[in-house]
Amino acid sequence: MHNKTLIELAAGLRSHSYSSVELTQHFLNRIQQHRDLNAFITVSEDIALQQAEQADKKLASGDAGFLTGIPLAQKDIFCTDGVKTTCGSKILDNFIAPYNATVVEKFNDAGAVMLGKLNMDEFAMGSSNETSFYGASKNPWNSDTVPGGSSGGSAAAIAARLTPAATGTDTGGSIRQPAALCGITGLKPTYGRVSRYGMIAYASSLDQGGPMARSAADAAWLLQVMAGFDEKDSTSVDHPVPDYSADLNQPLQGLKIGLPEQFFSDDLDQAIATVIQEAIDEYKKLGAEIKSVSMPHLEFAIPAYYVIASAECSSNLSRYDGVRFGYRCQNPKDLEDMYTRSRGEAFGAEVKRRILMGTYALSAGYYDAYYLKAQKVRRLISNDFKQALSEVDVLMGPVSPSTAFKLGEKTGDPIQMYLSDIYTIAINLAGLPAMSIPAGFVNDMPVGLHIIGNYFEEAKLLQTAHQYQLVTDWHQRSPHGFE
Amino acid sequence: MEWEVVIGLEIHAQLATKSKIFSGASTAYGAQPNTQACAVDLGFPGVLPVLNQEAVRMAVKFGLAIDAEIAPYSVFARKNYFYPDLPKGYQISQFELPIVGPGHIDIEVDGNIKRIGVTRAHLEEDAGKSLHADFHGLTGIDLNRAGTPLLEIVSEPDMRSAKEAVAYMRKLHELVRYLEICDGNMQEGSFRCDANVSVRPKGQQELGTRTELKNINSFRFVERAINHEVERQIDVIENGGTIIQETRLYDADADETRPMRSKEEANDYRYFPDPDLLPVYIEDSLKEQVKSELPELPAAKKERFMSQFGLDQETAGILTSTRELAHFFELTVEASDNAVKLAANWISGDLLGALNKQSLDITESPIDPVRLGGLIKRISDNTISGKIAKQVFETMWHGQDSADDIIEAQGLKQITDSGAIEAIIDTIIANNPKQVEQYLGGKEKVFGFFVGQVMKETQGKASPAEVNKMLKQKLKK
Repeated sequence: MHNKTLIELAAGLRSHSYSSVELTQHFLNRIQQHRDLNAFITVSEDIALQQAEQADKKLASGDAGFLTGIPLAQKDIFCTDGVKTTCGSKILDNFIAPYNATVVEKFNDAGAVMLGKLNMDEFAMGSSNETSFYGASKNPWNSDTVPGGSSGGSAAAIAARLTPAATGTDTGGSIRQPAALCGITGLKPTYGRVSRYGMIAYASSLDQGGPMARSAADAAWLLQVMAGFDEKDSTSVDHPVPDYSADLNQPLQGLKIGLPEQFFSDDLDQAIATVIQEAIDEYKKLGAEIKSVSMPHLEFAIPAYYVIASAECSSNLSRYDGVRFGYRCQNPKDLEDMYTRSRGEAFGAEVKRRILMGTYALSAGYYDAYYLKAQKVRRLISNDFKQALSEVDVLMGPVSPSTAFKLGEKTGDPIQMYLSDIYTIAINLAGLPAMSIPAGFVNDMPVGLHIIGNYFEEAKLLQTAHQYQLVTDWHQRSPHGFE
Repeated sequence: MEWEVVIGLEIHAQLATKSKIFSGASTAYGAQPNTQACAVDLGFPGVLPVLNQEAVRMAVKFGLAIDAEIAPYSVFARKNYFYPDLPKGYQISQFELPIVGPGHIDIEVDGNIKRIGVTRAHLEEDAGKSLHADFHGLTGIDLNRAGTPLLEIVSEPDMRSAKEAVAYMRKLHELVRYLEICDGNMQEGSFRCDANVSVRPKGQQELGTRTELKNINSFRFVERAINHEVERQIDVIENGGTIIQETRLYDADADETRPMRSKEEANDYRYFPDPDLLPVYIEDSLKEQVKSELPELPAAKKERFMSQFGLDQETAGILTSTRELAHFFELTVEASDNAVKLAANWISGDLLGALNKQSLDITESPIDPVRLGGLIKRISDNTISGKIAKQVFETMWHGQDSADDIIEAQGLKQITDSGAIEAIIDTIIANNPKQVEQYLGGKEKVFGFFVGQVMKETQGKASPAEVNKMLKQKLKK
């Protein structure tokens, strides 16, 4: 059952080949069996089985939607009423939200079953899952390597078939990079496409929730549920939600693909470059036209990102002060002591680093040189993309400069870690939608192909990915021991 | 040396919206602690602010009323600092681009009109309250107030005395209540004032170093706090010292100001645009709509009362000091069949006097305009005299009856039957030959004695004018 696509699972539930309770129990068993992957922070077994029972009733009465009874899992950044939401941090280790994130609410309304909450880098700050207070999730393709991050638990769980699909969030590559490193399909939607309400903020102007699944067709179904304007999120956009599955089967004849020169510089690992080139060749066979484009400001994306994201997070994380919820230090001697020790004891090193960087960047006398300058760079990068996407339909390139690296390999060198997101970060600065899809292997480790589209053209991305997945089987491979 | 005082005020007016500026929680005052704070007000993880459009509308209304520029595009910014009653660790405010730009307000001091510049007014959220009593060395936090919309109104340093500052504050207070954007309740903190005060030698252009006086929450305290601070500053300078730029707190009990924090300790608020909120765009159509809904403003109303009703400047000023009082007056005029002068005198005199004595607001008056108008009608048609009217007023104050019912029940109708009055006068003249002699002998004062006797006999119900006329006739004979 665990190798089936969402469409197959939905069909199986409707034909009563298995019940939702059976399906849910099957995945709960697999999660239990593979505890050592550390993909989940919380497994919500009781709630999952209750939801499955409800779903079975609906399925029996014919009152079921597409996702009714299908087990899924949520990144532990989405607040869930009654189930602990930690955001991968000690500071929220005891936090149970009294509300659901809009995304969670939508999946509940759609009748989906929630298996549990997935591991992640602390407050989504990290590219390897190693900043999680609960320890890193492991990459099912090689348990000595990282699953990527921050949505590493989501990617690992999907690759290991512990859940058919999951949610993720992407601030600088946090859906796409782990999707690439774990050989699954991930989509970061246009900024504003998916509500951020109840999704714990890291960098508000960059954060975007999106689907992670084994195929583009499955991701389309998830996005269908997640997308849409939410009056509780002022930055969500009131733009019509199309049928994301409608055009999946349209051929790609005449599709114009742009290859940003800057994505294919000498810095790119040769083996990965080869995999990407082979994928491009496949698109040529599907009738696409290839064109080179230039985006001169891309090289400034990482510094601009780390100024903006850090500035926003330094403010967003001020609410974790030990006053109203979350961790509070023992026996504070006064207010100042309560603040410094509560935060000092419960935030991890990477979170502290970014809060410090952001506080510095916003300080009087530095604001113009850092924050304002970074915002200008951001506009230039957006303009580069707008220009390029006026010439072509989609852009393609690598997702990550390397395949999954070893656990511990980069933890001592933040700059090396930050460079893991060199191809993904610019897309967040521009607010564009982008995908990572499995495109091959280097030394038995998955490589992702990056597909970037224009604003609100998620349907085109999904179609572009799906057509490729019809003629390749990279996305169907499963890691050894998890078949 | 002669010193010049320079004062600018920052006034925080809580906007009278039903719900908070960024959440749906109620803004009602006085609920049990923390019962009116939702997840957004509590700054829980993942929640997001959504701007209350009514607060925007009220800010626009204020801007239009002070002839200010309304920014077509304004931006919410985060003001970052840690405090237990500030749930998110930042206050959502407006910094570089406020919603209301430069405008002005005219004040009147000692008969002179002076124009005070308003630099800007911006929207922001209020913080909660820290409660230090009752917790045995701990601090209680009540977040009911957190997220209540505030309009911070910043003046130019245009005021030159505490008196002017108070006049400006009163004028703003009157205005926000006229506009119905703030209930103006200073005791509940709906209308709060900080004052920036400095002194400089008369004639000097350059401003002196200022201090900021925080939270002076009554008109009386503003005047006292400023005067004390001015004296202190002059003292310091004349004794060879220098003024330190700092925030000072006015202690009403000790009647002094003392330092709270100096500039060196001041926070770096690290303002930046709030990424959770879109910029606020004000369309011309909204401005036009709000403009069309603006009530008649105090100055215009006062002018109208003078021209339409022929009231003098002072009476018109009193009657337009609040929208409710002006409304009361107009209803009373109507109910009294346009006895304008009587209505103006009765309201500004007897009614306000009685209300003040019991610390009541005009809206709490035991006598409504219809009943008061009914009384005035009976004065103007001579049914009762002014003196009797005071007696009727007293009875009305303590009951629900109309003036007519009281006059009827107590038999207070003026005696207009001249035959009856004549008979009484004849008797009195006959019974007091000595006084008649004195009067006829040139002692005109005795006339008052006769009037008094007649009024006594008639229990005050005779028309004084009638009595005068008739007595004069009879005594001539």
